[in-house]
Amino acid sequence: MIWELEKFHDRTAILDEFGGAVTYGELAAEGERIVSAAGGRCLVFCLCTNTIGSVAGYVSFLNGGVVPVLLNAHLERSLLEELLAAYEPKYLWVPAEMADGFAGMESVYRVYGYSLLRTGYPTEYPLFPELGLLLTTSGSTGSPKFVRQSYANILANARSIVQYLELDETERPITTLPMNYTYGLSIINSHLLVGATLLVTDKGLMQREFWQFFREQGATSFGGVPYTYEMLERLRFFRMDLPSLRTMTQAGGKLTPELHKKFAEYAGSKGKKFVVMYGQCEATARMGYLPADKAVERCGSMGIPIPGGTFRLVDADGGTVTEPHVTGELVYEGPNVTLGYAESGEDLIKGDERHGVLETGDMAQFDEDGYYYIVGRKKRFLKIYGNRVNLDEVDRLIKGHFEGLDCASAGVDDHLYLFVTDGSLADEVKDFIVVKTGLNQAAFKVIVIDEIPKNDAGKTLYKDLAKYYE
Amino acid sequence: MTNEEKYLSIFKESFDVDEATARTLKYQDIPAWDSVGHMSLIAALEDAFDIMMDTDDIIDFSSFEKGKEILAKNYDIEF
Repeated sequence: MIWELEKFHDRTAILDEFGGAVTYGELAAEGERIVSAAGGRCLVFCLCTNTIGSVAGYVSFLNGGVVPVLLNAHLERSLLEELLAAYEPKYLWVPAEMADGFAGMESVYRVYGYSLLRTGYPTEYPLFPELGLLLTTSGSTGSPKFVRQSYANILANARSIVQYLELDETERPITTLPMNYTYGLSIINSHLLVGATLLVTDKGLMQREFWQFFREQGATSFGGVPYTYEMLERLRFFRMDLPSLRTMTQAGGKLTPELHKKFAEYAGSKGKKFVVMYGQCEATARMGYLPADKAVERCGSMGIPIPGGTFRLVDADGGTVTEPHVTGELVYEGPNVTLGYAESGEDLIKGDERHGVLETGDMAQFDEDGYYYIVGRKKRFLKIYGNRVNLDEVDRLIKGHFEGLDCASAGVDDHLYLFVTDGSLADEVKDFIVVKTGLNQAAFKVIVIDEIPKNDAGKTLYKDLAKYYE
Repeated sequence: MTNEEKYLSIFKESFDVDEATARTLKYQDIPAWDSVGHMSLIAALEDAFDIMMDTDDIIDFSSFEKGKEILAKNYDIEF
């Protein structure tokens, strides 16, 4: 069990924009019914939205020993089918209006606008006893690779977050991120630990309803990826009057130092906190944070390790970096380092493969006072609107769909360039990858070139592509 | 180019749609017009018409038609 829901019996756990409300006591009682309808420990795919039903299902499953896999409700259908085939969950937890789309699956329970559908798959893969939750690494390309998080991971990370953000029951965070996204989920996990009230909405920053809900219910905090903060700036956020707002957190990629500074100064002058954080799904969620009182002074830094964790940098020879301003791969150690990955149902029995140590794949430096700065990445992926997009996977998807087409993808965060050799397929390639990733088309650009640069061994020279977009 | 043409072409380019679709488009009708698309649209309109829109106008900008009303009423753009 992660949360002691009964401890906050009469307090409101979740509020939505339509006036729906659930107390901690109701959440506990409903949780027992949901888990009993599922018949105890098993695997459930949750098609997530920021609604009471979605959150209540997740909380019930996790607290009741049922292992949820959190997926975006808008995940493209063929990608969902592939995941279903690879894992054969016993149930789906889906918005009731989507239930009809799953022919042959029987609804065994329904509450808060969500239905529990029995899939009827013949196989039930055994689950490692400490396995609590499965999350996607990319969230978008539909890779069958899930991160295996244990109950101890989730609890440790939520407790650290409560400690460094100084959360208590008076907090009212409003959702700005999908709950199937590790950062969005960490907000839910940590706040339910202290008896706070979650304000859930699927409306976004660009909608009037969002701000109405924000003001009416007195939201105290929200989280955002770099793109969120760019949108807020565009929305003339600094001119908005939001007296209830106490804290803004930022993660999911590196904010430009200019924007970091603007928000840090705004927060400082208004008596609010702006907290830049660092994390990965492989570390449950959070690994580092920049204390709010250092936000201006250490602009551009992602901070120090969270309570219970440690950072070190490893250089190319495997040695530990001891001097400031020297780049090395960031290695994190702590109780929130997850068990490992799963690529299919057979992997769900696997135990702890990381033993508390995570090589993050991020290249970093620290300054004289031990504040860390992310300076690059070891692996080929981009963050698009906060979503990790693996470039090799994008190439594989395109090559798999367009037979005989040579392609390579590259780019910078929020801008992915698709290089192809056949101009007649340019539009099709873009449409394909937009649908597959579910990300806004503005992030993708197709560039037609004569040939994809390769070395003698046939390996793509991605560095040679940079000249087209830098 | 008239303001009408300018406005229409920004919609067509921002969301990669044809004229008929653009003219009846509402926020979230198509995947391209999500919050990310909305921001690109507003940025393009602000550039094209050399204006700075207020928060209320940005979040009220919920359709092709509504956007025209807002630009005409609050930013003196004639269609």
